[in-house]
Amino acid sequence: MKEGQVRIPSGCAISGLIDKTGKRMSGEAIIRSISVMRDRSNGLGGGFAAYGIYPEYKDYYALHIFYEHTAAKKSCEEFLERHFDIINLSKIPTRRMKEITDEPLIWRYFVTPLPTKLAESQLDEREFVARCVFRVNTTINGAYIFSGGKNMGVFKGVGYPEDVGRFYRLEEYEGYCFTAHGRYPTNTPGWWGGAHPFALLDYAVVHNGEISSYDANRRAIEMYGYKCTLQTDTEVITYIVDYLHRRKGLSFDEIASVIAAPFWQTIEAMPPEERETSEYLRNVFAAQLITGPFSILVGFEGGLMALNDRLKLRSMVVAEKDDIVYVASEEAAIRMIEPNLAKVWSPGGGQPVIVRVNGGER
Amino acid sequence: MNISAANMDFKQLNEQIKTAVGNVCISHCCGQRFIGRGFKDKTITIHGTPGNALGAYLDGATIEVRGNTQDAVGDTMNNGKIIVHGNAGDALGYAMRGGSIFVRDDAGYRTGIHMKQYQDRKPVIVVGGKVGSFLGEYLAGGLIVVLGIGTEDTPVGNFTGTGMHGGRIFIRTNKELTGLPAQVTAEIAGPEEMSEILPLLSEFCSLFGVAADDLIKDSYYVLKPNAKNPYQQLYTAN
Repeated sequence: MKEGQVRIPSGCAISGLIDKTGKRMSGEAIIRSISVMRDRSNGLGGGFAAYGIYPEYKDYYALHIFYEHTAAKKSCEEFLERHFDIINLSKIPTRRMKEITDEPLIWRYFVTPLPTKLAESQLDEREFVARCVFRVNTTINGAYIFSGGKNMGVFKGVGYPEDVGRFYRLEEYEGYCFTAHGRYPTNTPGWWGGAHPFALLDYAVVHNGEISSYDANRRAIEMYGYKCTLQTDTEVITYIVDYLHRRKGLSFDEIASVIAAPFWQTIEAMPPEERETSEYLRNVFAAQLITGPFSILVGFEGGLMALNDRLKLRSMVVAEKDDIVYVASEEAAIRMIEPNLAKVWSPGGGQPVIVRVNGGER
Repeated sequence: MNISAANMDFKQLNEQIKTAVGNVCISHCCGQRFIGRGFKDKTITIHGTPGNALGAYLDGATIEVRGNTQDAVGDTMNNGKIIVHGNAGDALGYAMRGGSIFVRDDAGYRTGIHMKQYQDRKPVIVVGGKVGSFLGEYLAGGLIVVLGIGTEDTPVGNFTGTGMHGGRIFIRTNKELTGLPAQVTAEIAGPEEMSEILPLLSEFCSLFGVAADDLIKDSYYVLKPNAKNPYQQLYTAN
C-alpha cells in the first residue's frame, strides 16, 4: 500500500470527564466515550490521564516509565536510586491483546526525592523532580518517563484508544478525572512515547489539532530549560502550561489568554481594565502564543481545563449532568456515557472552560 | 422502515439506509457519520446524535433530527431539506448550493461559509438561536437568517460576513451590529427585503411550534455585499 492509494479520513479525538465533588469513578466510562470516535484516529496512538487513582501513595510521585530494553531499565533505576527514595516499584499491570503489539517494558515507581539530594540541589521539590525527568529522557538511551505526577497517571501506547485502555486495565482504576486521546499523527510516525497525553508533573495534555507555531514555541520554551525531544506539538504545549502555571504562577484563565490570545482588534474593543490585562499578557508572553488549530484538555491536580484555539478550528462540546462535567470532540462521545444531559454547549474560540474539584483554587 | 443504530458503524448504517424501501426512522444514533449523503428522495428521521457530515451533498431528500447534530451538517448540499430539533455544530451548510436547513437552537462557528447560488438554486439556512464567529464568511450567494431567540446579546460572533461578495444575511436583534468588515453594508430590513424571509419565518415557526407574530414584527438587520466593490483592483484591474 502506497500513499495515494488509501485515504484515511481521521483527525484525532479527545474526551474527558471530571466529578466536581472529587468522587471517584471507574475508568470504564472514558474508554466507552473515546471508542465512539474511533474513526477520528488511525490506530497509531491512544492514551489516558487519570487523576485520583493512587490515594494510598498520594504523597509520592508516580513515575510511569517505558524501557526499550533491560539495560535501559538498569541505568534508569541506578539514576532513580541516587536521587529518590523508591517506596514501591512494579510492572504496570497489562492485559495481553492481539490489537496491542510491540509494547516496551512498562514500569511504575512511587518515589520521593532523597532529602540530602533535594537540599543539595537548592531547588523546590517539583522543580527537582521535573529536572530528573528531563535528565532521564535526554540522557538514558531507551528509557522514557511519560508520567510523573502525584496521585495521577498517564497510560498510553500505539493502538486505538479503547484498545490501549483495555490493555492497561483502565477500568480497574478509580479516579475523579479522566482524559483520553485517539491519535492521528500528522508529523511523526507514532510510537509509544509520542502518544498523548503528554505529561510533566501533574499536568497532562491531550490535543486535537496541529499548531503552526510549534518551532517558535519550542525555541522559546527551550530557553527556560525544557527539552523537546519528540518533535511533537503537544509536548511543547505541555511545557508551556507547566512554565506559565508552576513557574510563572499564572491562573488557568490567564494561561488561556496567553496561549489563545485574542486578536489585537478584539483587544482594542475591550473595556479599559480588561484591555490592559490582555495587552500585558500578549506582550509579556508573546512567545507562548499558540497559533493554528487546537482543542486541548489540560488535566492538573484538582481540575481540568478545556480550550480551543482563538479561531476555533477544531470542534469541542461541553456538557453537564449532576456533579460531572464532560468535554469531547463530538457530542456523541458524551451521549454514549450519559444520554440525559442537563446542559450542552460549545465554548467559543479562546474561551476556556475550567473545572475545579470542590471549587479549589489551583 | 425502522433501523436501530446501536453499536453499528457508519458504513453498515448507511448501507442499510440506502437499501431500505421507503422512508427511514433511525433510533439510538450515536456519532455515525455521513448519514443521508447524496440522497435524492427519502425522508430520514433520526433519534439520537448523528455524526459529522450529516446530509453531505444532499440532493433532494429530507432529514429530520430529534436532537442535536455535530459538525458539517449539509456540507456542499445541493437540494432537499434538513431540520434539526436542537443545536448544530461548526461549519453548518458549508459551501451549500441549494436546499434549506432549519435549526431550532444554536449553530457553531463558520455557519454558511462559502455558500453560493446559481439560477433557481438558492441555499437557505435559518438558525433559531445564536451562531459563532465567521457567519457567512466568503458568502457568494443564498440566504442566512439568524433569529437570536433566547439570547439578549447580539446573536452572532466576530468577523460576520468577512469576504462576503453575494447573498444576504438577516439578523434579528435590538442591539447595534458592530465590527462588520468594510465589504459589507448593514441596514434595517425594509418591507421588500422582509418579504423575502417571511415564508421562511412561517416555515420555521410551524416546524418548531414557535409563535410567528413576534418574530415577524421585530427588527432585522440585512447584510449585503458593499456595492462599491471594495475588491476592485485588489489584485488586478477588473
